[in-house]
Amino acid sequence: MALIGRSVPRPDGLAKVTGRARYVDDVAEPGVLVGATLRSTVARGRLRGIVRDPSFDWSGLTVVTAENVPANVVALIEEDQPVLASDDVRHAGEPLALVAGEDALRVARALSHLRADIEPLPPVLTVADALQRTAQIYGSDNVFRTVRIAKGDAAAAIASCPVQLSGTYATPHQEHVYLEPQGVRASWDGNGGAHVLSSCQCPYYIHKGIKRTFGLTDERVDVTQAVTGGGFGGKEEYPTILALHALLLARASGRPVKMIYDRKEDIEATTKRHPSVVTVTSGCDRDGTLRAVSIRVILDGGAYVTLSPVVLSRGALHAAGAYRWEHVSIEAQAVATNTPPNGAFRGFGAPQTIWAIERHMDRIARTLRIDPLALRERNLLRVGDTTPTGQFLKESVGVARCVEEAKKASRWDEKRRVAAGAPPAGASGMFRLPPPGAVAARKARGVGASVYLHGAGFTGSGELAHRARVAVDLFSDAAGKPRFRIRGASTDIGQGTETVFRQIAAEALWVSMDRVDFTTPSTAHVPDSGPTVASRTVMIVGGVVEAAARALFALIEGDRQEKGGSFEDAARRLLGEHGSLTVEREYEPPPGHAWDDATYRGDAYPVYGWGCAIAEVEVDLDTFETTVLSLWSAHDVGKAIHPVNCKGQIEGGLLQAVGWALQENVVMREGRVVNARLTDYVIPTILDAPRFTTILVEDPYSRGPGGGAKGLGELPMDGGAPAVAAAVEHATGIVCDRLPLLPEELYALSKEVRR
Amino acid sequence: MKAVKIRCTLNGRPVTVEAPPAARLLDVLRGPLGLTGTKEGCGEGECGSCTVLLDGAPVNACLVLVGQVEGRAVRTVEGLGDLADLSPLQEAFVKEGGSQCGICTPGFLVSAEALLAAIPQPGETDIREALAGNLCRCTGYQRIVEAVKVASKERASREPG
Repeated sequence: MALIGRSVPRPDGLAKVTGRARYVDDVAEPGVLVGATLRSTVARGRLRGIVRDPSFDWSGLTVVTAENVPANVVALIEEDQPVLASDDVRHAGEPLALVAGEDALRVARALSHLRADIEPLPPVLTVADALQRTAQIYGSDNVFRTVRIAKGDAAAAIASCPVQLSGTYATPHQEHVYLEPQGVRASWDGNGGAHVLSSCQCPYYIHKGIKRTFGLTDERVDVTQAVTGGGFGGKEEYPTILALHALLLARASGRPVKMIYDRKEDIEATTKRHPSVVTVTSGCDRDGTLRAVSIRVILDGGAYVTLSPVVLSRGALHAAGAYRWEHVSIEAQAVATNTPPNGAFRGFGAPQTIWAIERHMDRIARTLRIDPLALRERNLLRVGDTTPTGQFLKESVGVARCVEEAKKASRWDEKRRVAAGAPPAGASGMFRLPPPGAVAARKARGVGASVYLHGAGFTGSGELAHRARVAVDLFSDAAGKPRFRIRGASTDIGQGTETVFRQIAAEALWVSMDRVDFTTPSTAHVPDSGPTVASRTVMIVGGVVEAAARALFALIEGDRQEKGGSFEDAARRLLGEHGSLTVEREYEPPPGHAWDDATYRGDAYPVYGWGCAIAEVEVDLDTFETTVLSLWSAHDVGKAIHPVNCKGQIEGGLLQAVGWALQENVVMREGRVVNARLTDYVIPTILDAPRFTTILVEDPYSRGPGGGAKGLGELPMDGGAPAVAAAVEHATGIVCDRLPLLPEELYALSKEVRR
Repeated sequence: MKAVKIRCTLNGRPVTVEAPPAARLLDVLRGPLGLTGTKEGCGEGECGSCTVLLDGAPVNACLVLVGQVEGRAVRTVEGLGDLADLSPLQEAFVKEGGSQCGICTPGFLVSAEALLAAIPQPGETDIREALAGNLCRCTGYQRIVEAVKVASKERASREPG
């Protein structure tokens, strides 16, 4: 078939380019009510009650408050978050009450006639205040979780090194800006069953939340994924609370309810990337050989636990970067504040810690006057090395090739030399590193690099605990012809799950792709292959798709060998005997995989993806605006099952990282987002985007599907920002260790570059 | 506000729709006219997901009042081509990876259609400038630029003579 490695047209593309794809807000339905949410305007307080304006006409409107919630918890890692606040209010934007009615305008008016009576309390708005316990808002110490990783004796080893360096690196919130805001449609059937159509990544998360809040059994809950207009982690955990809200209104009104956030509400109320402060202290030799590192990570978790413990864990596990260290000590904490809860966002803690270690690598290179990529190349992890958790890397470490390819494509050596000339005319000697002569005098160009890794699949024992399950069916189409069908809970949110799963299954079944269907994930019809997160869809779940399809092929082929005829004849024969045939498989972890959650020792991930990004920027020396001109990258994806989709993931992920580096800036005052619009929370346009040169490196993973595919979705998000900051440094001499690199920040820092 | 009858040409056909004249064109298209291919991403003209052609020029349907289209021609993604008869742009977006989650795709297609009508063989800068009012969060835009280039070549080859 040779489907693997071919960029086939994506099957869901036709509906998308003709406008026929039905997203949740596109489903027209008579009788559906519109739901909306009353939210807290204060960051912390005590809710004394919800007061309805008696002069307002409430007829035909449904109002729901905490008293109407059967079990008022959102079932996630912990059950600290209520579906609707009942007593404590812990962040601005927290949902307090819900309203539904026939007409959106009347519902909006009704919201303004509902008053939350809140006694304000002093909020904890920064991680510094949280750690100093200016108020106690979570447990005894305001810490959601602490993770410690130790290898050797880092403190002693650093003390004995000739070069000891320390730096602190910080990153801000980031908003997902999936272009389709969050939305859901919910209803109840006559048997007390809950039905949800959701723009989401993880139907079974919602399923779990509904069972818990409404006390239902598995088979009374049906969650179906609607065509989903982007997620990036933002539709991992948040859609659960939205589905619960819509179901509460549907239950109280006896009508189906649709809730679609507008952009402002979506930015104000939903999760964001965790802000971070990371301090790195390293010891190395004068030639740049790395010896030991000690890292302290603090993440701002926001008001509720949500997924912070696992985001923290992934962040800690990536904090030492793609390098060999004999001695490592990492302490990471996720801290509670009275700000909207932070949650999953592409990279899941790793972009924050990779930002820190990559900026620190540049600090070492600067201090030792070594080429930044040469320093990295000297210390790259190789097959046979062990990671900070003691994981032995036995295969698929393609990082050296990534660096080599990206260097070559970008003409790194040449570009680094060019910029090391004399100061430009009119630059007032402000800048240590002037621009090359070809560029107008008031603009400076430079190149910078980053090298990074991303663990594919769940952290530690996660894949064992979840045991992804997938079914592949043989059934008869309407004309009686044998067809195949993949059933799993992994969603296509734009990244191409349907395409790649059909490629993998068709290849294993030796049939064409158009004979293999992909089932819309619906908890009533698909086994639980786990959430669509953690760069696990192709590598972990795709592997199970491949195993199930191969087993089904073996069944049919076995029948053919026994009874004769063609494969087609055998399939028909089996259909005649059984009506339909289903093979279900579950994930088999690699033999010998070992992980200890208590000590953080062992195989943190089944395997890692690797990358090198090189950015070329131009900085305007009058306005301090930065433009990324080009972005070269090479990523080791194991095996590219669909090269165009791989490049789409890489370029999209890198651009999100460029946005995070240069322009995306969530501004909060008193715990409230004050720039909750696309007018002032600005993401890159097509004119802000660099030219990408995207190289795929294939160092296969022996257990990856399609001949060695590894996880890819999050990897590029880890590398973009540090490459951009390094390029700005090369262009201007301005060292910026805090994102975003806004013009005003660079201007302020430029004063330190004066000599 | 009282509904009035508004007449316009929609995807080449004359239509009459009853709506309050201050209703957003976006809501009238998606509601009474049943054309849900035009999407809402921000409601304030920043994201371009609701781009439609008004007398051939791209506009944000969230910022146009339906009363403004009286007697004029509106074209939406549904008017560009259909499953059996894709436009070169639609075909190229599928093949070149110009569409991922798809929510921004109708807006991009409509903006690109206006570009190719004005400049049949656009350069990279023409393409980027013409699409600067459309946000995409999935692709990094490069596959979109490629798709428009491929479509412009395909259009040229489909031209008679």
